[in-house]
Amino acid sequence: MNLTGRSFIEPPDFSVEELDGLIDFAGEIMAKPSAYAERAKGSLLATLFYEPSTRTRFSFEAAMLKLGGQVIGFSGEQSSSAAKGESISDTIRTVACYADIAVIRHPKEGSAKVAAAAAGIPVINGGDGGHQHPTQTLTDLMTIKLEKGRLSNLKVGLCGDLKFGRTVHSLARALCRYDGIEFILISPEELRVPDYVKVDISGAGGCAYREVERMQDVLPELDILYMTRVQKERFFNEEDYIRLKDSYILDAEKMRLAREDMTVMHPLPRVNEIAAEVDSDPRAVYFKQAKNGMYARMALILSLLGIE
Amino acid sequence: MEVNSINKGIVIDHIRAGLGMKVLDHLGVDQAKDTVALIMNATSAKHGRKDIIKIENLTDVDIAALGLFDHSATVNVIEDGKIKQKIHLSLPETVRGVIKCKNPRCVTSVEPSIQHIFHLVDAGREEYRCEYCDEIVRL
Repeated sequence: MNLTGRSFIEPPDFSVEELDGLIDFAGEIMAKPSAYAERAKGSLLATLFYEPSTRTRFSFEAAMLKLGGQVIGFSGEQSSSAAKGESISDTIRTVACYADIAVIRHPKEGSAKVAAAAAGIPVINGGDGGHQHPTQTLTDLMTIKLEKGRLSNLKVGLCGDLKFGRTVHSLARALCRYDGIEFILISPEELRVPDYVKVDISGAGGCAYREVERMQDVLPELDILYMTRVQKERFFNEEDYIRLKDSYILDAEKMRLAREDMTVMHPLPRVNEIAAEVDSDPRAVYFKQAKNGMYARMALILSLLGIE
Repeated sequence: MEVNSINKGIVIDHIRAGLGMKVLDHLGVDQAKDTVALIMNATSAKHGRKDIIKIENLTDVDIAALGLFDHSATVNVIEDGKIKQKIHLSLPETVRGVIKCKNPRCVTSVEPSIQHIFHLVDAGREEYRCEYCDEIVRL
């Protein structure tokens, strides 16, 4: 696997073998982090966060610092020259004069691709609007591998706001390339996955999907339940919201419908879509997921910088 | 009505009736010094009615983008009064700067320097996908 100098904008940028290699590498770092403590010494990561972020920004910063590297960046559009009207291309070109690698989060879809084309250094998409979030996917794949021991032959329920949920879009585009994946897309009609995600799933050969409205109907058959939040303001009318809102809230009662070995995942932040009582259920792995994310990002940074 | 044949240039034939102006506009030949003829609603055995464009001396046209407007049209390249090449148009695999992305969340709505780029996903359904935001549009 040689990812030196490349950017990571969406999961199809890397082959399945390369994704597997990154997950394995992240596992090695997790097993012995001290062995990697100085690996990125002398390297600088720039974090360009035009939008708020807790987990993604902190985990990137923590990842770089734990590798012995350093971090510069901004958080919030107002603290960058974007407030003066500077384009993404010009900003990243300038940042590339100082940093060795950059991560960008921006509200516009496709912004990271624009940045990568202009940068001349590796660029990582830290979330571009409601479009893609590939490093969350790396985290998710690593978590699935650790929990299930495999990334193939899985029935995966994706639940909530599938229209604007960038973590769902990236995960579906990555997982559909593995064998024997079946997605059950659980959402209200207004919040179904965009057409392009369905095109990718359908075009992946061995992957199937079906769309349902209620979580309760499919819980007993799932290997993995991937939860996201459904926001009230996303619904077109109050009536539908009242009718469906409980279908997207996971609680202990619904967990009784699920199999003993089902895994519950969530990219976080969670608001009320998973009741706090589920946190103590051994099937809930969302906080483990957050921790895995740091190791996945350490593996990604080292690989893109070409450091063994 | 009679329009003279040309000795050198291109003839875009079998354009669906009514699309001739659009094709002409795309070609940007309004400033051309040479002779340009647009024949509208000509009789066609294939379509009933068709538009035809003849442009004298011009042989270098953006064939790929022409296919986007009307992939049933044909382009005849004329030299020495004869058809040197006959090109049947098809939907181009990639289109640059012709289709505009209408997704307000797409980066093309704010980044001034980038070109709108679309890739063909389904020729039968005439669907294209935005390079940046993946929005699928039907022609």
